[in-house]
Amino acid sequence: MDFKKILTPILSIIAFLAIWEFIVWANGWPNYVMASPSDLPAAYMRYWNLFLIDSWQTLWRTVAGLAISIVFGTFLGMVMGFSRTARDALYPLLVGFNAVPKATVVPVLALLFIGAHDFNTVLMAFMISFFPIAVSVGIGLSTLEPEYRDILGALGASKFTIFRKIALPKTLPEFFGALKVSVTLAFIGTNLVEIISPHGKGLGALFLSGQTNGDYPLMFAVLIALAFLGILLYYAVVALEKIFAGWAERQPG
Amino acid sequence: MENLIDIRGVTHAYQTKHGPLPVLDHLDIRVPQGEFCAVVGPSGCGKSTLTRLVAGLMKPDQGEVWLHGEKVTSPRKTVGMAFQNPVMLEWRSIIENVMLPLEIVAPGMAKSEKIARAEHLLEMVGLKGFETKRPSELSGGMRQRASLCRAIVHKPDVLIMDEPFGALDNFTREDLWQTMRDLRAAEPFTAVLITHDLRESVFLGDQVIVLSGRPAHTQYVLDVDLPKDRTIDVLYEPKAVDMLHLLRDQIRIAQGRDEEMH
Repeated sequence: MDFKKILTPILSIIAFLAIWEFIVWANGWPNYVMASPSDLPAAYMRYWNLFLIDSWQTLWRTVAGLAISIVFGTFLGMVMGFSRTARDALYPLLVGFNAVPKATVVPVLALLFIGAHDFNTVLMAFMISFFPIAVSVGIGLSTLEPEYRDILGALGASKFTIFRKIALPKTLPEFFGALKVSVTLAFIGTNLVEIISPHGKGLGALFLSGQTNGDYPLMFAVLIALAFLGILLYYAVVALEKIFAGWAERQPG
Repeated sequence: MENLIDIRGVTHAYQTKHGPLPVLDHLDIRVPQGEFCAVVGPSGCGKSTLTRLVAGLMKPDQGEVWLHGEKVTSPRKTVGMAFQNPVMLEWRSIIENVMLPLEIVAPGMAKSEKIARAEHLLEMVGLKGFETKRPSELSGGMRQRASLCRAIVHKPDVLIMDEPFGALDNFTREDLWQTMRDLRAAEPFTAVLITHDLRESVFLGDQVIVLSGRPAHTQYVLDVDLPKDRTIDVLYEPKAVDMLHLLRDQIRIAQGRDEEMH
């Protein structure tokens, strides 16, 4: 059963690459129009050290931004979940902030914190990814059925105890659902800064240098590397979810 | 005998958009120590408000709630609650659910003692062997049994139940009534049971209180003069049947339909 679970996604990835290869081949596109999967190994071999260094750069800044998102988003969600006034006050602000295209914020950040590239990148990864976490935690807490509060509230338990023993664990499935969205968003934020405001670091900068040199295989190799990192982080979240919120998973059937 | 629960002239209204909505009107209920008080009444007559008042989760606009000779102003550690929804925490096993109140009420109690107490109760309600199961692996009736164990695990002097058997099918419900009767014989609590089921109120209650329609006051008090160790068969004997008829008439009056009776 586990064997099938691993084999199925691998087969689907192979099928995807095959179709891609076929389309490029059938159209007779040269390398400088569209790269095909068979061009990629050469690009990885040639720049393997750059891929390792830049992947690490992209990865740690994304994870750092995501970590701040989790702390800040959970805090914001708690405030909105427990106080109606805070919810009414913060929602329009949050939605408005989320609606602003983040690409437009990159130059602002670059000017504000000039030269602080790592900081800017982490900040963007954070800004783009905290919203789903805040909303899901907020909704999870505000929709807690009154009986759940009452079973401990009737014993004189403090609000904090009720939060820790009941509200927090009960919200974990929603939290992890939001985190899966946030992981991808944080990646987009990191790459946005790396591409728009380049400073020679990260996969975004490598992509840009591929573009400057007209090296299509390199650009596509970067995209695939980004996809790979995204999948990696996503499954890291899934693993955490299994540990902390595995109880929410029903047995199929 | 001392009245363990003493509700005196409790009046309460909710504030709504259309002005105050009175739900309780000079309600009086007295339950002597160790007795079982069943409360019946028409839908929406404020029965659930009553449970929150006794638990100290709300304060009445007027009147007083006394438990054990003390005026209730806030939640007390000596109260147990059970609801129609068994409110099982899915991330905990059955026994961990049952032990939950002890973590609040008796944080210093040794873990082995907590486990022994929970195991003892689970065995009494017929859930031996299900201690480590997740709530989702149990049937509705079994979850409600576990919920009852959790409500009394910390030996509360008052057990408040808000239609705990309301969502169960008839056969399961009758099983649970007998479980409740056995728990009562073994544990020292004084109970208030809110219910819609007149047979349930007569089977379990020492007294049945009929509330009027909203705003609710005490309309009728029935002393259930049946043996304590009654069986379901009792409900089919003339004495109980008479009581059920009487309660039914009282409910009709409470619904404002007494003119339809004849």
